[in-house]
Amino acid sequence: MAQTSISPDQKYARSGASRTVAVARKSASPYRGYEVFLLPGVLWFLALIVAPFLVNIAVSFTKWQGVGMPIWTGLANYQKAFSDSTFWTSFRNNLSLIVAMTIVPTLVGLFLAAFLFDYISKKFGAGVTSFFRAGFYVPQVIPIVVAAIAWRWILQPDWGAVNSLLRAVGLGALAHNWLGDPATAMPSIMVMMVWFQIGYPLVIFMAALQRVDPELHEAAALDGASWLQTFAYVTVHLIRPEIYVVILTTMIHALKVFPPVWLMTRGGPGTATYVASYFSFRNFFEISNVGYGATIATILTVIIVVITIVYIRVQTQQQREEGLYG
Amino acid sequence: MASRSRIADGAGKYLSLIALSVLLLLMLFPLYMVTINSFKTEDGFLATGPFRLSTNLTLDTLKTTWKSTEYTTKLLNSLAISLTTALLAVGLSLFSAFALGIGKVKGKVLFLVFFLIAVMLPSESLVYPMYYFFKLVKLYDTRTSVVLFTAAFHASFGTYLLASAFSAFPRELIESAVIDGCNKLNLLFRIVVPISMPTLSVLFVFFFIWTWNDLFTPLIFLISNAKQTVPLAMALARAEHNVTITLQSSAALLGILPCMIFFILFQRTLTKGITAGSIK
Repeated sequence: MAQTSISPDQKYARSGASRTVAVARKSASPYRGYEVFLLPGVLWFLALIVAPFLVNIAVSFTKWQGVGMPIWTGLANYQKAFSDSTFWTSFRNNLSLIVAMTIVPTLVGLFLAAFLFDYISKKFGAGVTSFFRAGFYVPQVIPIVVAAIAWRWILQPDWGAVNSLLRAVGLGALAHNWLGDPATAMPSIMVMMVWFQIGYPLVIFMAALQRVDPELHEAAALDGASWLQTFAYVTVHLIRPEIYVVILTTMIHALKVFPPVWLMTRGGPGTATYVASYFSFRNFFEISNVGYGATIATILTVIIVVITIVYIRVQTQQQREEGLYG
Repeated sequence: MASRSRIADGAGKYLSLIALSVLLLLMLFPLYMVTINSFKTEDGFLATGPFRLSTNLTLDTLKTTWKSTEYTTKLLNSLAISLTTALLAVGLSLFSAFALGIGKVKGKVLFLVFFLIAVMLPSESLVYPMYYFFKLVKLYDTRTSVVLFTAAFHASFGTYLLASAFSAFPRELIESAVIDGCNKLNLLFRIVVPISMPTLSVLFVFFFIWTWNDLFTPLIFLISNAKQTVPLAMALARAEHNVTITLQSSAALLGILPCMIFFILFQRTLTKGITAGSIK
């Protein structure tokens, strides 16, 4: 575009604006005055996230049926929660789900990603690799409702796939009422969640591996490192950022999880498969114990926020230390 | 010696492929079951059980389920809700990220932290007051309530992601545009948006799929049959059609089909998007 013959200063001088305006205009940065664009998002955020959150915390200090006025009870709900065995069962189940949704999928995902990336793609090409990657990701795409329906059939005690298979190979004695037996209900849900979750780390790690310099692998091989050693000390180290993200996001998901429990067992048998979110939901909408439901939700939120803060602190600390030593 | 290792290499190669394929088949087994049972008649099902194929195939089961669950209505509901929420969330994210990622706003880090915390919050910590409020303003049992609430969550994530992306936006483009007399709206829609289209489309796809599959929010805010979304209808139908596997199957398959279509269409965009967020 052709240079304008009049400089901005002269323009303003001619338009009669005061000198101070001209000076201010000249030093105005293109990066100021964006606050107005924040308005819609922030207002939305305040109305639909901050407001209900604060109200919920307030409700957690009350006894309320959802109709009429809430009655202030102070810390009574919190005291109740800490001595409530159902609450501790829920908490324990959430921890089990962290194993099923974070620890196992991350480890399996790492190995599978490395296997697909290093071995399969070299021997069979990118098409085959993409095919497998997409296939393993499918459980993440289908609605959890469908997964739950299918898994309920697989675990069905009389004709379900698992029991039928066990009976067919003569291990009928091991056949169980998987979802109906308190001892096996939660582990069954855990197995389903591993199945569900594997695709997510797999996809992320495979993408991460693409930015690893293959020369590093060659250098390690030249130094006499086995595949496992290279994997553990070089590869894993280099895709650390992605591993961190996967662990954090899956952990939070495991703490918040609701649909699988509601769909598979409704928290049963008894309270064997209760998780924090389901327990809260039940108090809100099924037994109208709104104050207590709010308490559980608040405790869950605090746990999530604390874990996240600690996690990020540890992560930045480690990264800082590594920065010092290369 | 050389030929032995080559044979071993070849054998190892195919062995691992077979192992991988077996694993994949196991992973997709639930899907396989849902598919084959949707096309069986009741008699066909009784004859072959839930795990074997049947030669007696029919579309009747699917048709019955389509009618009995009023699938068309549910499909339109899901479509309307997911599209609107995704568009709204992308729009909100765009505006907020424009301010935080490109502009210099005081307290930018604090804003981003708050948005990020919103993403972590469990729905249960927000849902009851929202439920009460929506009932108060007569928005309960409307698709609008679901859209408003869900958009808030997705917009928080989107703001964070997009702000990261925008902070890497080439400054020279912005500065030269401003020098050319471009105002902020033009800057946004004529320069930033076209260049960021890939990220924006990925965000849209994410939001669409997440909203579509969301069970909790519609469960709480939508009561009447006419307003339900596809996943919700299927989850509730399960209790009624408990007896016939074929009907349940066909309901499940009808639930999967839209998602699989999206997945196939957007598989490439999805993987690009997943990495964009994590690498930043």
